[in-house]
Amino acid sequence: MPTPSDSKIKELEKKANNIREDLVKMLIESGSGHSAGPLGQADIFTVFYFHVLKHDPQNPMWPERDRLILDVGHCVPIRYVAMAHAGYFPKKELMTLRKIGSRIEGHPNYLRMPALETTSGPLGEGLSQACGFAMAARMDGTDLDYHIWCIGSDGEQQEGMTWEAAMFAAKYRLSNLTYIIDRNNIQIDGYTEDIMPLEPLREKYEAFGWHVMEMNGHDMREIISTLEESKSIQEKPVLIIANTTPGKGIEFIENRFGWHGVPPGAGPEDVVPKEEQAKRALEELRTLRGRIEAEHD
Amino acid sequence: MKQSMTNYNLAKNYLDEEKTEWKPMRDGAGIGIAELGGEKENVVVLAADTAGSSRAKYFAEKFPARFIQCGVQEQNMVGVSAGLAYQGKVPYAITYAAFLVGRPWEPIRTTIAYPQNHVIFVSSHAGLATGPDGPTHQMTEDISIMRCLPNFTVIAPCDYEQARKAVKAAYDLKGPVYIRNAREKTPVFTTEDSPYEAGKAQVLREGKDITAIGHGYMVYWLLKIAEELKDRISIEVINLHTIKPLDEQAIIESAKKTGRVFTCEDHNVVGGMGSAVAELLSQKYPVPMKLHGVYDIFAESGSVKDLWKKYKLDEEGTKEALLEFLNKSK
Repeated sequence: MPTPSDSKIKELEKKANNIREDLVKMLIESGSGHSAGPLGQADIFTVFYFHVLKHDPQNPMWPERDRLILDVGHCVPIRYVAMAHAGYFPKKELMTLRKIGSRIEGHPNYLRMPALETTSGPLGEGLSQACGFAMAARMDGTDLDYHIWCIGSDGEQQEGMTWEAAMFAAKYRLSNLTYIIDRNNIQIDGYTEDIMPLEPLREKYEAFGWHVMEMNGHDMREIISTLEESKSIQEKPVLIIANTTPGKGIEFIENRFGWHGVPPGAGPEDVVPKEEQAKRALEELRTLRGRIEAEHD
Repeated sequence: MKQSMTNYNLAKNYLDEEKTEWKPMRDGAGIGIAELGGEKENVVVLAADTAGSSRAKYFAEKFPARFIQCGVQEQNMVGVSAGLAYQGKVPYAITYAAFLVGRPWEPIRTTIAYPQNHVIFVSSHAGLATGPDGPTHQMTEDISIMRCLPNFTVIAPCDYEQARKAVKAAYDLKGPVYIRNAREKTPVFTTEDSPYEAGKAQVLREGKDITAIGHGYMVYWLLKIAEELKDRISIEVINLHTIKPLDEQAIIESAKKTGRVFTCEDHNVVGGMGSAVAELLSQKYPVPMKLHGVYDIFAESGSVKDLWKKYKLDEEGTKEALLEFLNKSK
């Protein structure tokens, strides 16, 4: 794949910012849901749905589509917004998040929206399922027709089932699988290295037989090149450690674990009082939009 | 009575224990899955380091490209099965009951039951009929924990031949299925020609004084007890091989006829098949009931015959429990 042009990068950055704005509006309307993780994954999801993923929003279950499996179910709001922007469903439906009868539930429900590929929520079960997807593709001889992507979180590395799957993927040399860990260093109760240390994460996966890459999860050019390169690795499953800032784009949310599981309007008040959080969050994103446009012009 | 026995094509001389062949249900299940593999290309088998003793090996030997050895990773085996099912495969995950559905219950709930994935869980080593390995391996809570999961079908075949049929019938069902099999050799009283339909209770012997419902090998005890006591009391024997969904009509009809229901199973009386029948009858046609089985305890190591005797799951113990109930409910 050719190197993306500057205008393409700018387009993706603007798209990611629009997606963040809609994410924040959606979370405010919902009154519940996770902020930090979804904001931190906005750039990665934007790259997937608007550049890397082989997919067709008009034909969501196209047999040759790439499978994007969300291990970390509570980050699904960012996927909903990216999918709505890509044309999977009307953007106005985003305002139904977590409400009765909605297709876009608090955690992904495959039955209501098969394009989500799986149902998830309890942590650390996605990589096993991604392995099953990859094995099926290999049995069918279609493993070169499409790629299996799995997006997980760092907290999920504390689950034993994740490591069972890590062993399995290496045993069966699932090179049609790329696992991306959103390394944002936070979980609900605190910083990962305080709650249950994960480091040295890279060395652990290498010892398990994986090819490990790292990327800055907010640099569009780097995200694209790393994801593309991961598809060309033979004989081994690939892990990409995506270094991200939780809450990216909204300064009073960034890097604060208190924002893991709450929307603007219900977050910690150490910087901004609750009643002003929604307004301030959207203001910051509008400022960011202006900066992106200025930088590239 | 004669008519229904003919209909079910039970083995000749099945009431004569000497002339009855004893074979393990797990063998029937393993052979059935291997036979199915020849007919259906999307069948995939997963094992968790017990391919030999759980009989997944019969399939593995014939179809190595469709066999996945997961090692001692029951949780991962569940997740991989879910992924395969999303892609259109029909996975059969096979190991001992305690590890198959006990260890990874929550991954089964989230990745199989809730999204209605058509994955078939086939166990061996269910119940005290597991024997000397002891309570860690004698799974007596599997029916309770599987029948409370929405979308699941729960099946407990009565013998080798029925296990062989049940694993094939599961292929044509929708959604997830759990099939429980015992490790030990048990009487084979049905035949290759016996009909089998998942979800349909089998009234193997008609009676008018009491309904006796069982699953697994204990159905055989019930048939023998009914024959032995036929001059004193007329016992209707039902093989309730499908515990969920329950064949409500068959159970209610029988309860209406006899007015008393006795259940027995090699499983905890808390939440098992007897509980399922009680849930139904208490709401739709209350009659006196007795739930016989493992009385909410962990047993111990021992030969299967010694365990059956001590915990009253053999023919004699079952008969005692039934007669005691009869005397009390007169």
